[in-house]
Amino acid sequence: MDSNILEWNQVKRNQVKREAWWTILALAGLAGILAWVQWTWNPYWVRVLNLCGIYIVLGASLNLIFGFTGQFSLGHAGFMAIGAYTTALLTMSPEQKVSTYIIEPLLSPLDKIHLPFFFALLAGGLTAALFGSLVGGPTLRLKGDYLAIASLGFAEIIRVVANNTVSITNGALGLKGIPMHTNLAWSWGWAVFTVFFIRRLVTSSYGRAFLAIRENELAAESMGVSLFRHKLLSFTISAFFAGVGGGLLGNLITTIDPKTFIFLMTFNVLIIVVIGGQGSLTGTCIAAVAITILLEALRPIEAPMSIWGLHLPGIPGLRMVIFSAMLLSAILFWRRGITGGREFRWTLITDRGSDRPAAGKKA
Amino acid sequence: MSAGELLQHLVNGASLGSLYALLAIGYSMVYGILRLINFAHGDIFMIGAYAAYYGALIFHLPWFIAFPAALLLTGIIGVIIDLGGYRPLRNAPRISALISAIGISFFLENLCIVLFTGRPKAFPRPDIFGAILTIGEVRILSVNLFIPAITGAALLILVLLIYKTRIGLGMRAVSYDIETARLMGINVNRTISLTFVTGSILAAIGGIMWGLKYPQLQPLMGVFPGLKAFIAAILGGIGSIGGATLGGFLLGMAEILIVAFLPALAGYRDAFAFLILIAILLVRPSGILGVELGEKA
Repeated sequence: MDSNILEWNQVKRNQVKREAWWTILALAGLAGILAWVQWTWNPYWVRVLNLCGIYIVLGASLNLIFGFTGQFSLGHAGFMAIGAYTTALLTMSPEQKVSTYIIEPLLSPLDKIHLPFFFALLAGGLTAALFGSLVGGPTLRLKGDYLAIASLGFAEIIRVVANNTVSITNGALGLKGIPMHTNLAWSWGWAVFTVFFIRRLVTSSYGRAFLAIRENELAAESMGVSLFRHKLLSFTISAFFAGVGGGLLGNLITTIDPKTFIFLMTFNVLIIVVIGGQGSLTGTCIAAVAITILLEALRPIEAPMSIWGLHLPGIPGLRMVIFSAMLLSAILFWRRGITGGREFRWTLITDRGSDRPAAGKKA
Repeated sequence: MSAGELLQHLVNGASLGSLYALLAIGYSMVYGILRLINFAHGDIFMIGAYAAYYGALIFHLPWFIAFPAALLLTGIIGVIIDLGGYRPLRNAPRISALISAIGISFFLENLCIVLFTGRPKAFPRPDIFGAILTIGEVRILSVNLFIPAITGAALLILVLLIYKTRIGLGMRAVSYDIETARLMGINVNRTISLTFVTGSILAAIGGIMWGLKYPQLQPLMGVFPGLKAFIAAILGGIGSIGGATLGGFLLGMAEILIVAFLPALAGYRDAFAFLILIAILLVRPSGILGVELGEKA
C-alpha cells in the first residue's frame, strides 16, 4: 500500500517535471518566433501581435475577477485608463511634457519625473490596484448586476475626471508623443507572466476560495471563506493587471485621451473572456489572439476600397456589428465558450490514444 | 440668480427629469419581472427617435402620424429583442442575460451606424414645439412645457393599464412571482412581451421628445440617457413605477440645478449620476420608494 503511494508519487513527480520542461521548451519556441517576427515582419503586424499580447493580459485579468471569482465587473476600461496615464506620465520626457501641456502646465513634481519603462509600468499597475481596492471596498458588497453597473459607473467617472483635471491629464486633448517602449518582449513577457501568475493563484488556496465564491457564496461563507476579503483580493489583482495592460497599450499607440477608454474597451475584453470560456486561461489566450487579429483583419471593410477598378464604399460600424453578433451567438448558443472552462494540459497531447484518463478536467 | 432664471432652470429640470422618468419606467418594469438590466433600453430610445425622423422625412408623414407610427415600430422591436436575446436565456444564470443585453446594445448601436451613418442628423422640429414663450424676462422653449405634460399623460395611461386592466393585473402578478402566476393561468411569456412593448413605447416617447428638445440624432445618443435613467430607477426604487418617476425627476432636476448653481462643476455633470448611484447602492440599495427585491430563481 505504502509503496504503491510512493511509486505513484514518483510517477506524478516525473510527470510534473516533464511537463515543466515541455512548457519551458514551448516558451523558448514562442520567444524565438516572436524575436523573428520583431526583426523581420512589417511594423503593422508587429503592432497587431503586440496588441494580442496586451489583450491576453487584459483578458486574463478580467477572467480572474469574472471567470474565476464570479464577480461581473465592467470597470476594466477605468483601470486601464489609470494604468495608461500613470505609465505614460512617468515615461514621457520632461521636454515632451512641456510641449504637450499647452493649456495648463503639468503639476509638479510629475513634470520632472522620468522613469524606466519597467518601473513606470509597475507604478501604473500599482496605482490601478490602489484604485481597485478603494473602489472595490464599497462596490464588492453589491451582487451580480448591481456590481456590473457600479463598476461601469466607476469607469465612466474616471473618464470624466480625466477630461476635467487638465493639469494632470491634459484634459480632452490627451497625451501625445508617449515613447513607444512596448515591443513584443514587453507585451508577451507580461502576457506569459500574467497567465502564469493567475494560473498559480487560482490553483492556490486563495484560488480555491475564489472558485468556491463563484459556485455558491452562501456555501463558501459557511465553510469559513471570507467573501469580502477574497473578492477584494481578486478585484485588486485584476485591477493591477488591467493597469499594466493599459500602460502597455498607451506606450504602444503613443497617444491616449479619455475617449480611448470608453466602454468599448471593456466590451472587447469581455468578448475575449466570454468566447474563450469563463474560467479558462487557455481560452482567454486563444480568444485574445484570434479576436485581436480578426478585429484588425476586418478593419478594411470600414474603409473605402477599390478592387479591380470597382469602388466599394467603406461601411463604418460593420466591424462592431459582426463582433457584437459574435458575442451574442456565443452567449446564446455556446455559453461556456470554446474551451468550456477547461485548461490546456500537456497530457492532452502526450496521452492521446493511451488508456489513461485525460487530466484536462476543469480546474 | 433672479427668480426668472430660477424658473427657467426649474422648467428645464422638469423636462429633463420627465425624459429620464419615461426611460426609467421601462428599466424598472423589466427589472421587476426578469431581474435583468435591459442594457439595450437606451438604444430602443434612440431607435424610437430615428423611426420618427425617417417617418417624417422619407415618408413625408405629418408629425402627428409619424410619431405614433414610430412608437408602434419601436414597441415591436422591443418584443423582437426580448424574443431573440433574452427569452432563450430565461433559465440561464442572470449574468448571461446581462451579457446578452450588452451584446444587443452594441449590436443595435453599430447597426444604426451602418444603416444611418454616424453623422448627426437634424431632427425636424414642428413649429408648435419650437416656439419660444417670453414671460417677462423668462424665455422658455415650448417643448420644455410639452414634455412634462405629455409625460404626465403617458404616465396616467400607464397607471390605468397596470392597475385597471387584466393585462396590468397579469404584469403585477408576474413581477411578484413568475411560477405562481403561471400556476394561476397567466400566460407568462405573453405578459413579458407586453411589458417589453409598454417599456419600449415609453422609451420611444422619450426618444422623440429628446429629439425635439435637443434636435440632433446620432446612433450613440441613447447610451448616456439610458445609463442615467437606469440610475434614476435605482434611486427611486427599482421595480416600482412611482419610484422610477420620482428618481427620474430628482436626477434631472439635480443635474440641471447643480450646473446652474455651481457652474465650476459643469464638466463633471456626467459623473454626478454615477456618484449618486454608488452612494445609493451603499446607503439604501432598495432606493427611496423601493421594497426589498429578493433574488429570483
